[in-house]
Amino acid sequence: MNEMTKIAVQTTLKDWETDQEVRWCPGCGDYAILKAVQRTLPEIGADPAKTVFVSGIGCSSRFPYYVESYGFHTIHGRAPAFATGLKLANPELDVWLVTGDGDGMSIGGNHTMHVLRRNLNTQILLFNNEIYGLTKGQYSPTSRMGTVSPTTPLGSVDRPASPCAFALGAGGRFIARAYDVSKELPAVLKAAHAHQGAAFVEIFQNCIVYNKDVFADFTEKAGAATGQLWLKHGEPMLFNKGTKGIALDTDTLSLKVVDVVDGDWETAGVRVHDVKNRAMAHLLVEMPFGPFPMALGVIYDDPRPTFEAAVIEERARASAGKTANLAALLSKGQTWTVSADQA
Amino acid sequence: MATVLESEPEGHTGGSERSAAPDAVVVRFAGDSGDGMQLTGGQFTLSTALAGNDLATFPDFPAEIRAPQGTLFGVSAFQINFGSTEIDTAGDAPDVLVAMNPAALKTNVGALKVGGLIIADSGEFNKRNLEKAKYDVSPLEDGSLEKWQVLAFDISALTLEAVKPFGLGNKEALRCKNMWTLGLALWMFDRDRQPLIDWLKGKFAKAPVLADANIAALNAGHAYGETAELSGPLKQYHLAPAASEPGLYRTVTGAEAISYGLVAGAQLAGLELFFGGYPITPASAILHNLARLKEFGVTTFQAEDEIAAIAAAIGASYGGHLGVTSSSGPGIALKGEAMGLAIMTELPLVIVNSQRGGPSTGLPTKTEQSDLYQAVYGRNGDAPMPVVAARSPSDAFECAIEACRLAVQYMTPVMLLTDGYIANAAEPWKVPDPAEFEPFPVSFLEEPNGPDGAVLPYARDAKGARPWIKPGTPGLMHRIGGIEKNPGTGNIDYSPASHQTMTDARKGKIDGIAAGIPAQDITIGEAGGKLALVGWGSTYGPIHQAVRRARRKGLDVSHIHVRHVWPLPENLGELLKSYEMVLVPEMNTGQFKTVLRDQFLIDAKPLNKTSGQPFTIAEIEAAIAAALA
Repeated sequence: MNEMTKIAVQTTLKDWETDQEVRWCPGCGDYAILKAVQRTLPEIGADPAKTVFVSGIGCSSRFPYYVESYGFHTIHGRAPAFATGLKLANPELDVWLVTGDGDGMSIGGNHTMHVLRRNLNTQILLFNNEIYGLTKGQYSPTSRMGTVSPTTPLGSVDRPASPCAFALGAGGRFIARAYDVSKELPAVLKAAHAHQGAAFVEIFQNCIVYNKDVFADFTEKAGAATGQLWLKHGEPMLFNKGTKGIALDTDTLSLKVVDVVDGDWETAGVRVHDVKNRAMAHLLVEMPFGPFPMALGVIYDDPRPTFEAAVIEERARASAGKTANLAALLSKGQTWTVSADQA
Repeated sequence: MATVLESEPEGHTGGSERSAAPDAVVVRFAGDSGDGMQLTGGQFTLSTALAGNDLATFPDFPAEIRAPQGTLFGVSAFQINFGSTEIDTAGDAPDVLVAMNPAALKTNVGALKVGGLIIADSGEFNKRNLEKAKYDVSPLEDGSLEKWQVLAFDISALTLEAVKPFGLGNKEALRCKNMWTLGLALWMFDRDRQPLIDWLKGKFAKAPVLADANIAALNAGHAYGETAELSGPLKQYHLAPAASEPGLYRTVTGAEAISYGLVAGAQLAGLELFFGGYPITPASAILHNLARLKEFGVTTFQAEDEIAAIAAAIGASYGGHLGVTSSSGPGIALKGEAMGLAIMTELPLVIVNSQRGGPSTGLPTKTEQSDLYQAVYGRNGDAPMPVVAARSPSDAFECAIEACRLAVQYMTPVMLLTDGYIANAAEPWKVPDPAEFEPFPVSFLEEPNGPDGAVLPYARDAKGARPWIKPGTPGLMHRIGGIEKNPGTGNIDYSPASHQTMTDARKGKIDGIAAGIPAQDITIGEAGGKLALVGWGSTYGPIHQAVRRARRKGLDVSHIHVRHVWPLPENLGELLKSYEMVLVPEMNTGQFKTVLRDQFLIDAKPLNKTSGQPFTIAEIEAAIAAALA
């Protein structure tokens, strides 16, 4: 987001719908994410003419066709690189990257790393369904060990990657998590959009055909209270209706779950969430689900100057006091003249 | 054309006496990769150009940055052909070989003309270096060099002596050897030292003592030629300036010419230039050059890999800049899928391929033309793309502009082929006036172009090109991508009719470029006759000279050199059919020959070379003689 896009444009959810038939499987979590995005865009005053959705390949990457803005459906894994060129050509554009666990963590892992490292001002939405959907159900780099799929009939044996830990390790300055049908998703998207720089949002997405309900342990009502830790800056890290919290074991420098009695979280040692605490962010994204709840919401948010701003600044500095005279450039250096009588 | 140096009468002594000058001379500087031979050659080239001689150079260096000292594979050489006549090649065989160590002598002496001159640094012909070069006995002493003239003296010791007053360490002092050698070469060819002295002062502005030491070495080498009592062949030549068109001249390498041509092309289109690159030999020089031209509205982006480099360039083109990417064969292979996307989304893009020997890593620093199939055919699906090939460093400027023109006028990626030889070699260049090039300004779509305010990103103009729509333009929101699309709206549509229509449209657009490019001309000769030599790219020089020589001998042979490799000029088929024989010299196993056979059903014959070295004139002359025998 920048000065131009801050000028709010009045739109409604309907204005962000295209005439294209949405072709995800009925019941796919992508529908909910699409609606959440279309609901968020009017709220942030986004201008359809200045908004661009860029995607790679996969179920998630069909997203641009369904948003009434500019859209570029590119090639597998490379969306961050296209977005980089686009933002350098026109930094005024508000660019959203839509990717998945295969697109962004496997074939495009390299580009995900570098777009975060460079800190391009863009929102990166990684739909994590822990499976290759569009190619019919092979296991992905985020699939849990033992995932049975056409390519792993006896169960996968490799350890899964954690997108948020990866993004943080790559130098990401905004890390957030949500899930497809969560009511909090628009708020997380808004925070991502407000962040100046690369904002990484992992969205757990239910692939109802090939990997149904893998997140149900914490997304379904039964496990929501014990399984979801919604982080809010300046507020204690409480879950299970305030009866449990996250504290720091200072001996082992690791997190632990503590019981909170009568709402006295301070006595229980529950930490207050600070979005600028990078060390805590590392611990939160690495928290194993099961013994711990799933950390959701804005985990880390500490902006730094963006890549495109640095490029523009450098170009201005290099050009200062110089004129773009091509004829002068061509005849620069050591030259000689052949006169008519020499010819 | 190079001629053998006049052989010298017995007992001639060195001194300022000038010798009868030949038309042209070929000199090769060879030494260890740490000896600074490329720099020596480059500076000798500059002084040659300033003296008004026509010239062509051939830098030949190892892939290793610092190969072990004194080894055969660590030899770096720089050959220059210069003279008062028209020079098109770096010369077949050197007249003079400067060998800075035994390995340099061993790897280069075979190319030297019989009777040619060897200047060797005897100080480096010690036991250790001889062993490294696999000599049992010093070749300076065993008579094995008797078919050449040998001048061996201790350049190392003479250099140390010359720079003694500056108090440098032994290693640093010996680094001035190349300037000593250059000084001697400048004396031999009657050159002004002042431009070199100015250059050294600039280069070592922050370390004046190094500037002074290098200048002292340069002067000492020059003085050595002037005053030393030498028995043998050292003598001075003065080559008259070559006759050339009046105007302002400079030297230019292919990499420089392409960089400037891209800047010029963007200006003529009225666009800002975006260059996405990833380091690779021999293409990196273009990225280096453009990174210094930010005031021309150039944005350079060193990407994380080859794919990201082209993807960012396509992203920039989508955003309304002129996207350019550049690489060599292995990197071009990685970019293949993204090229397909640029073809599918019909966005302008220039892809520069500085070809090198392949396949795989192949010969990173040697030249070859073996990426022609890759350029014309190397993508999945029916993915037509125009290909333009530069024939020389100076020609690369115009070719880069032409590639930009085709890209924006036809909304297509364009491949610009050059090679390691063109990229690194230098030649004199009559500085063009950018104002003399016809501008081709781009207009972006600003208003809906369909009925009832509809936006049709895939509506086509008379050339078959779609409109260029920049994101950010109000009211023109649309989606593009790599999936087959509806012929007008661009919405996803993989119906049989759509794919047929769009495949035909993409092919028709590129085929139609043939009508928008100049007719094929004949470089030397005339239509009809016994034999045509058809070349493309950097074989221009040797083909040109060989055909010229053959015609002087009365042989019926013409030279045709093709810039537009795809699509081919409309008249080329008829032109080639007017000859009894067509011979295609190429530094590959016959790729363009196959294209010509396929396109025109003619019995084109191959003449191939894949040694990593350019053709010599003699090789092509021999092929002409054999064909016409």
